[in-house]
Amino acid sequence: MSAILEVDNLRKEYRDFNLNVSFSLERGYLMGFIGPNGAGKSTTIKLIMNLLKKDSGAIKVFGLDNVKNEIEIKQRIGFVYDQNYYYDELTVEEMKGIISRFYADWDDELYRSYLKIFDLDPRKKIKELSKGMQMKFSLIMALSHHAELIIMDEPTSGLDPIVRRELLQILSEILQNENKGILLSTHITSDLDKIADYITFINQGRIVETTTRDFLLENYGVVRGKKELLMQTDKGLLIGVKENEFGFEALVKDKARAREIFGDKIIIDKPTLEDIMYYQIDGKVV
Amino acid sequence: MDIIISNSVDEPIYEQIVKQIKNLIINGELEEGDALPSIRNLAKELQISVITTKRAYEELERDGFINKVAGKGTFVAPQNQALLKERRLKVVEEKLAEAVNAARIINLSLGELQEMLKILYEEV
Repeated sequence: MSAILEVDNLRKEYRDFNLNVSFSLERGYLMGFIGPNGAGKSTTIKLIMNLLKKDSGAIKVFGLDNVKNEIEIKQRIGFVYDQNYYYDELTVEEMKGIISRFYADWDDELYRSYLKIFDLDPRKKIKELSKGMQMKFSLIMALSHHAELIIMDEPTSGLDPIVRRELLQILSEILQNENKGILLSTHITSDLDKIADYITFINQGRIVETTTRDFLLENYGVVRGKKELLMQTDKGLLIGVKENEFGFEALVKDKARAREIFGDKIIIDKPTLEDIMYYQIDGKVV
Repeated sequence: MDIIISNSVDEPIYEQIVKQIKNLIINGELEEGDALPSIRNLAKELQISVITTKRAYEELERDGFINKVAGKGTFVAPQNQALLKERRLKVVEEKLAEAVNAARIINLSLGELQEMLKILYEEV
């Protein structure tokens, strides 16, 4: 088991934002990097890509320092930005001509096979592509040089559900190779509810959780019950308590413990990743 | 080989996979030496996490239902026939217990239940 990406005590401060994060990803898996807008997802990714300078800490990609070995590392990373950074007036084929020159391992045959899979016309200008098609083009650029690590910053925002599903299919196709790794940041967590192996949840520049998807979804729960129950709970059990006229709802990290305390006086639902995010962001803990 | 996953039930996905593969082996649909899909292929087909399928296979291996052969894949393990029979008996027992519970709810007597069983056994 070797880490394909290690972020250790990474710090970056600017203006009133202060980032301090640690997490790592093993080869062969997909990590969802989730959090609300402004949580620090893009900053972290830019630091990994050495597009921003860190204040302190270490980032290792393929076991190599990301700054000292930037050129080698970038040859082996496929990066999908959250926005179109290509030249609008060029055709897909022309743009490919420019990008492919940067990669020693560029595989034109692979590129053409992806064009076919994605049904993308290489003669079309970038500006003529729909948002979904532009994302697919970015993805083709990221995948056609045999990258080992795919890093995607909000690839699904602005895409319709059909294209998003197609993307997830492609990602599981990539992970048929157990040496590859994928880091995907998103605030649309429903994309990750099923296929993510690991989830790293960031809020206000801090990691709230970094663990497996299974652990989160099997241990957390959304509980609902009468308000009087709020008086008889363990301290710290209920997260993000929301009260309304008819009762309360909250998140629990350990639904078995909640069942022990409240018995059948509460309802416990399976959470989604969105629930886990929502209740922890601004809720009070009881 | 069919594996059907539900996302809305409380049972974790890996347990659903374990249970279904065990059943396929117990009822003979999967036999000794049959190849199973790789964990990555199964994850892709079901569009679920690789860790989930990995956990399922680890549990099946621990319980002696499957064997991993390095570089070749995963196969249904030779089953102890006596053990298999015992497991099948357990399944029957569980189903009968369910029926007994359902019968108690409507105050069905043992005699009535036996009569019902007798008819069903001869019919099906």
